[in-house]
Amino acid sequence: MELINKNEIGKKLSGRLLLNKSMKYIFLLCTLVGLVVLATLLIDTIIDGWSYLTTDFFTNFSSSRPENAGIKGALIGTLWLMATTAPIAIILSVGTALYLEEYAPKNKITDFIKINISNLAGVPSVVFGLLGLTLFVRMAGLGNSVLAAALTMSLMILPVIVVASQEAIRSVPSSIREASIGMGATKWQTITRVILPASLPGIITGIILSLSRAIGETAPLVVIGIPTILLFTPTGVFDTFSALPMQIFSWVKMPNPEFQSITAAAILVLLFILFLMNSVAIYIRNKYSKRF
Amino acid sequence: MNDYNIREMIDNKKGRRSTMFIEKMVPIILLVITSVSVLTTIGILVTLLSETVMFFTRVSPIEFLTSTEWSAFSSDPEWGIFALIMGTLKITVIAVAFAVPIGLGAAIYLSEYASDRVRRIIKPILEILAGIPTVVYGFFALTFVTPLIRGIWPEVNLFNAISPGLVVGVMIIPMIASLSEDAMSSVPNSMREGALGLGSTRLETVFKVVLPAAVSGIMASIVLAVSRAIGETMIVSIAAGSTPNASLNIMESLQTMTGFIVQVASGDATYGSDVYFSLYAVGMTLFVFTLLMNVIAQWFSRKFREEY
Amino acid sequence: MTLTKVKEEKNMKTTHDETVQERNFEGRIAEQAQPVFQAKDFNLWYGDNHALQNIDLDFNRNEISAIIGPSGCGKSTFIKALNRMVELVPIVRTEGDILYRNQSIFDKSLTVEELRTKVGMVFQKPNPFPKSIYDNVAYGARVHGIRNKKVLDQVVEKSLKGAAIWDEVKDRLNDNAYGLSGGQQQRICIARALAIEPDVILMDEPTSALDPISTTKIEDLMQELKKDYSIIIVTHNMQQAARISDRTAFFYQGHVIEYDRTNVIFEKPKDQRTEDYVSGRFG
Repeated sequence: MELINKNEIGKKLSGRLLLNKSMKYIFLLCTLVGLVVLATLLIDTIIDGWSYLTTDFFTNFSSSRPENAGIKGALIGTLWLMATTAPIAIILSVGTALYLEEYAPKNKITDFIKINISNLAGVPSVVFGLLGLTLFVRMAGLGNSVLAAALTMSLMILPVIVVASQEAIRSVPSSIREASIGMGATKWQTITRVILPASLPGIITGIILSLSRAIGETAPLVVIGIPTILLFTPTGVFDTFSALPMQIFSWVKMPNPEFQSITAAAILVLLFILFLMNSVAIYIRNKYSKRF
Repeated sequence: MNDYNIREMIDNKKGRRSTMFIEKMVPIILLVITSVSVLTTIGILVTLLSETVMFFTRVSPIEFLTSTEWSAFSSDPEWGIFALIMGTLKITVIAVAFAVPIGLGAAIYLSEYASDRVRRIIKPILEILAGIPTVVYGFFALTFVTPLIRGIWPEVNLFNAISPGLVVGVMIIPMIASLSEDAMSSVPNSMREGALGLGSTRLETVFKVVLPAAVSGIMASIVLAVSRAIGETMIVSIAAGSTPNASLNIMESLQTMTGFIVQVASGDATYGSDVYFSLYAVGMTLFVFTLLMNVIAQWFSRKFREEY
Repeated sequence: MTLTKVKEEKNMKTTHDETVQERNFEGRIAEQAQPVFQAKDFNLWYGDNHALQNIDLDFNRNEISAIIGPSGCGKSTFIKALNRMVELVPIVRTEGDILYRNQSIFDKSLTVEELRTKVGMVFQKPNPFPKSIYDNVAYGARVHGIRNKKVLDQVVEKSLKGAAIWDEVKDRLNDNAYGLSGGQQQRICIARALAIEPDVILMDEPTSALDPISTTKIEDLMQELKKDYSIIIVTHNMQQAARISDRTAFFYQGHVIEYDRTNVIFEKPKDQRTEDYVSGRFG
């Protein structure tokens, strides 16, 4: 009496192998969905918007007449926003990461700060908009200025840069830290001369990636009340401004079908900027990864 | 060659005092900077809470929780948050139903089948997909996906739940795929070898060994994705419409919590009006939902870390 | 001390080697009587673990002192206590005293930075910074405020020569130190420690991660360095201790079992446990 019927197993095996093989292709198909959607989105947008990418498009301000509409105000506004957001976000986030990795004592308060940061990362951007509206626009009296928007954006991307910087700092081997301290360097000298230079590629990658998230972020700007039709560019951080994603959002809602193409053209510009930033980040990451 | 005496030069450089001063100041400055992240949370809570309390001095919390109608701009407004929650729920369910199987399939392929080279090509593409601004996805939903769906089912409205739901799904696929792939990759190879060594096929190994072993990590990725879908704003503002309703119909226009906030904010509600304060009550509800999801996700990922 | 200095100044214009010899000669007479490090009833705890117990040890100048003992005997902990690196572990607590040139290393007037400037350290695994060879060696001088390019150039050349690696790297000083072999990296680390002209060099199993050829080079180098520096080395390679050191301390379970001239320790140890260990019966 055999407990295992070898023939049965043999018969079932071919079915199992067939299932194995076919499921492999189904998984591959799932992987390709993202690729296909990305390609469709890009091709569709290029077909719609390519012919509208003229010099006038870059030098004209926004307009309610499609033939005159351009992105000058929005593009320059976005650059202002990024140039103001970057230093604020970098100081806040890298400072926080340094404190948590290098100075923070191991206690409940530090644990709380860490949990708090990972919870902040999950707060929807529109809620950050509400915070910015109340705190910066109304209470601080900054109005819908570049600075109010930049402060809001900085707080929004803070958790991402903090986590990326923490990882980069942690990846510096402690043997190098010991070498520096062992030569009589102080803690801060060790941080500025050894640890930060060694973790810089990781930190920069994190900064660029989160700035590229901020650059396309629309919801907080809408909530803060950034105008969409503006016939001047800001001259300082207290001026009001417009931004590319805001411009896109306002054009999407236009009933005139010609605006669809203009929207697509603006999207192409935005995607190009993002593509550029991401390429730089990926280049830095690949060039400097695996050094230790 | 001049012979410098380094020992003496170092001893003479007694710039130690300023160095020591910096050394004492730096941790204090960094602690102040770090406190900003805590203040942000406090700021969010205080802002939302205080304005929500203001809202409830004007509108009964009972109406807010029990009414099924939300009509903030009518002359006789109704404030039933349930209608907005239903809108969010419809979008989220469609998105998750679409994204979870595809995201998991992709994760399985990348972690269990793909060669290193394929992985190196696919992963950056997923990152690009995750980095596309949601306003662009909104445009894509409205001008490409909606017409496509209406071509198949003409009875679907221009604004509906299906198109933005699917596009939100596309948006969260990379998140599910890459976080689940991380979870599966950290399952030790010895477990796979054990199953394969007994004559299991790759597929059986995946379903009977790898997935069960990585289940808490995968759950964490799904819950995080749900949280993202709930908080997603621009896609639904552009493609889902602005008529709050509590029905289960996915073919007609609806409004989500986030969509309402954008509608009010872009329409310049008068400061101090009922509608203005309702922004914060809706924001608070949204915040509670996403916070809950994040806490659950953290619980899962802590559990996963403890296992490995 | 004063005598050495006068001699040095007098010899400023003579060649480097002569200066070294002069100083060595004078140094030995004037200084050898005094130990460079003295541990006095020193105790150390990691939390509740009493890792070092009642250590009394004197280390002499211009000698190589070796510390041997089985894994976990406290020898690495002890050498890291000498430049207070052990305090980087937050749960460490100490009692008793360690004197460096008759001054307590725990004295408030002596900052840890000053102490570590005078007491250099070479670590178990080569740990160059991810910088150029030049920047690695110039690091210490720069940290201590020396920016003059000419001085730095000289410091780098002298230290690399001192660490017997100048000829191998002189044409690629701007290359990243990570591109070197393990043995070369360790000699760069020694050069880096030499660059700030320390008084004592602590070495924590400096050759344990290296191949035999690199090990021989570093052992030869230590014999050279001994003329100018006092060296304290932790090793669990007993042959190495026997080959290079003048005195040897045997550590066991946090105690100093025996400390004597190296030939005594290896040829006629007084304690049975020392004899068991050096003859390879345990450890």
